[in-house]
Amino acid sequence: MIAELGLGLLWLAAGLAIIQSGLGMLGLWQTNRPELGNAVRPVAVAQALLIGISFACLIYLFIVSDMSVKLVVANSHSDKPMLYKVSGAWGNHEGSMLLWVAVLAIAGAGIALAERRVRRDTLIATLMAQGLLALGFYAFLLFSSNPFERLNPAPQDGQGLNPLLQDPGLAFHPPTLYFGYVGMSVAFSYAVGALITRDVGPAFARAMRPWVLGAWVMLTLGITAGSYWAYYELGWGGWWFWDPVENASLMPWLAATALLHSVTVLATRDALRAWTVMLAVVAFSMSIVGTFLVRSGILTSVHAFAVDPQRGSFILALMLIYIGGALALFALRVGTVREGAVFEPVSREAALVLNNLFLTVILGVVLIGTLYPIVAQGFGQQVSIGPPYFNPAAGSVALMLIVVMAAGPLMRWRSDSAPKVLRRLAIPLAIGIVSLLVVRLLAPDMGVLPWLGLSTALLAGTGSIAPLWKRNLLRTPLFTWGMVVAHLGVAVALAGMAVDSAFFKERLVAVSEGQTTEVGPFSVKLVSVEPIIGPNWTAIEATMEARRGDGQPTTLHPQARNYSTPPTDTSEAAITTHIDGQLYAVLGKQGQDGRWQLRLWWKPLVTFIWLGGFMIALGGLLALVGRVWRERRGMKSEEIAA
Amino acid sequence: MRKVLLWLPLALFGLLLGIMGHGILNPEQTTVPSRLIGTKVPQFDLPAAVPSHAALKSSDLASGKPILLNIFASWCLPCITEAPILEELKAKGVTIHAIAIRDKPEDVARFLSDHGDPYASIGSDVSSRVQISLGSSGVPESFVIDGKGIIRHQHIGDIKVEDVPKILKALEEAR
Repeated sequence: MIAELGLGLLWLAAGLAIIQSGLGMLGLWQTNRPELGNAVRPVAVAQALLIGISFACLIYLFIVSDMSVKLVVANSHSDKPMLYKVSGAWGNHEGSMLLWVAVLAIAGAGIALAERRVRRDTLIATLMAQGLLALGFYAFLLFSSNPFERLNPAPQDGQGLNPLLQDPGLAFHPPTLYFGYVGMSVAFSYAVGALITRDVGPAFARAMRPWVLGAWVMLTLGITAGSYWAYYELGWGGWWFWDPVENASLMPWLAATALLHSVTVLATRDALRAWTVMLAVVAFSMSIVGTFLVRSGILTSVHAFAVDPQRGSFILALMLIYIGGALALFALRVGTVREGAVFEPVSREAALVLNNLFLTVILGVVLIGTLYPIVAQGFGQQVSIGPPYFNPAAGSVALMLIVVMAAGPLMRWRSDSAPKVLRRLAIPLAIGIVSLLVVRLLAPDMGVLPWLGLSTALLAGTGSIAPLWKRNLLRTPLFTWGMVVAHLGVAVALAGMAVDSAFFKERLVAVSEGQTTEVGPFSVKLVSVEPIIGPNWTAIEATMEARRGDGQPTTLHPQARNYSTPPTDTSEAAITTHIDGQLYAVLGKQGQDGRWQLRLWWKPLVTFIWLGGFMIALGGLLALVGRVWRERRGMKSEEIAA
Repeated sequence: MRKVLLWLPLALFGLLLGIMGHGILNPEQTTVPSRLIGTKVPQFDLPAAVPSHAALKSSDLASGKPILLNIFASWCLPCITEAPILEELKAKGVTIHAIAIRDKPEDVARFLSDHGDPYASIGSDVSSRVQISLGSSGVPESFVIDGKGIIRHQHIGDIKVEDVPKILKALEEAR
């Protein structure tokens, strides 16, 4: 019954999406009938309500383990812990698409209820674009991915969730990315709305900015958490693999980062109009391209999502309609958008343009690297593209970008003088140059990229705090703090990447119980290996004692786990965190002589990578709160003045 | 000029769509054939996996007539579905040698008594070293090897009923 209710609500919400976009078009066309346009807002709210309840129905079906529903059978099991029953609702293709469209509709309701900054016609056009966008995903759900499909006869129990995904972090990893993607789709709708009404200006930029910021924070968190998950769950000790799915989340992030900076230029200085609109379209395209690459199965990846060429074709068709349509609209309309304000070659705007340029180049590098295997296959070649291409190509541009990142905030808007900028940058530049020399002397064998990376991190770290120099810290606006924290986070993450890749130590040994081995500054003793039983798995677990010098020993428990439904072996790495890095241990197989294979890593400063990632996200959050708060206050004072 | 440039993003997007559409229509080949097809079997000398069967070394495979080399394991589920097909091949006069991967003698013995025993000899490859040197990436896999010990054909995955004529043909061609 609940499944039918959910499906019925899904159809009704789809109907409302048609009405929402239809009314929007009519309202824009027949300007003498304002009631048409006025009806768009309540319809958007109602659509969000219906689809929200529909998604709640799906969660309910997973909570009660209704095994007559195909999706529950395929992705859940009555023995599974409750958290994973709930997260099972979106840990699959159909459920995640339903979540996607539900969040999209709720965002639309948010715009309908709260947006007061943009012109009325722009708002209607934006909601119309939102309705059209939602419609595509409703069609996708209803015609090719029905989450409420029944299974007759109902089986005894479900087929479980991929045990690799049975992890608290991962229960919330996909929704985080989805919130990010949806935020990008709101920015896209705004861009389409503003193009339709030729209203590309600061008001539009200010309305779009919180969505871009919020989406960007979510994408940053999603990528950071995903990277940590891969690090401890896959047991390879690496934190970024240039896997197609990782790239699929990195590409929208790169575009969103560029958009975030250009939207600020548009909001503050009314410059970069066409470019901002373009980036909004690109950022959304990249999130759809990402979804497509993951779901169509055209690229091999560790993230084996349900692969289905029909679904891939559907997403491709949606892309053709939405992105093709938006780009055609762009080509037709952007010529009629007035040129924005001008600026000098040495100015904050110019630094931000340079930032956008570098980000776009990195985006291109990642996109080409990700798609090249498909192209090569078209010419009959099997290739796989990995770190040897991505690291130098993306890394070298990223380093230049980070130097510009340190300099940009120290420049004035509109026009500045080069000598003055250099004077403000003197200390960071000096630190960067000195560290180049010192690091080379202390570690002559360090690779070129880590060497430059570490020095750039020190330059950017000091450079990003410089905007606070001689300011009253309590009076510094929250969004300036946000920028400082985010930029500092980039420097911290970069330092972690450079130090880890240059100085990590790896040991692969076979030891018997009671034996001791060395890795980096640690001596690690294998105390015992014993079988243990978990809620839905069995494992052999090693007990190890790690000791640095004469210090207190810490205990590690790496496991080789075996899940029963479906039968899967996983490796649970044991990690201890120290102030200057992490010790990482993986338990391997037992040899015929009774010795156990151990893989040990000492990873100096590796935690800085994710610490930096969270700082970047925190900075985005501070900026978001700061902006919203200031605009609320601004609006109130306007109301008082009026 | 500017008017033309404005259409450039759409053109680039069209290219992107084209690439992805092509990718959809031509699914990626996920199995990678061994590079050793057409070359001699690499040198190896494996101990017997069970006392009841002979051990296996590479020179045994160059026996003057084509044979089938089956790579299997007692812990491998598709190997169970494959077992009756191998029996059928043996009944048709095919000599089948085997390599058991990461296995224990008692498990192999149980596998043979439960699911049938078409094997002339079974080598034990505890570390997968020989498997890797053959260019095999999983179990089960089978190689057709001619009388001179040259690999002629590789079958990845379990041999199904419909694959039997293909295997027999490869054996015939290796003669």
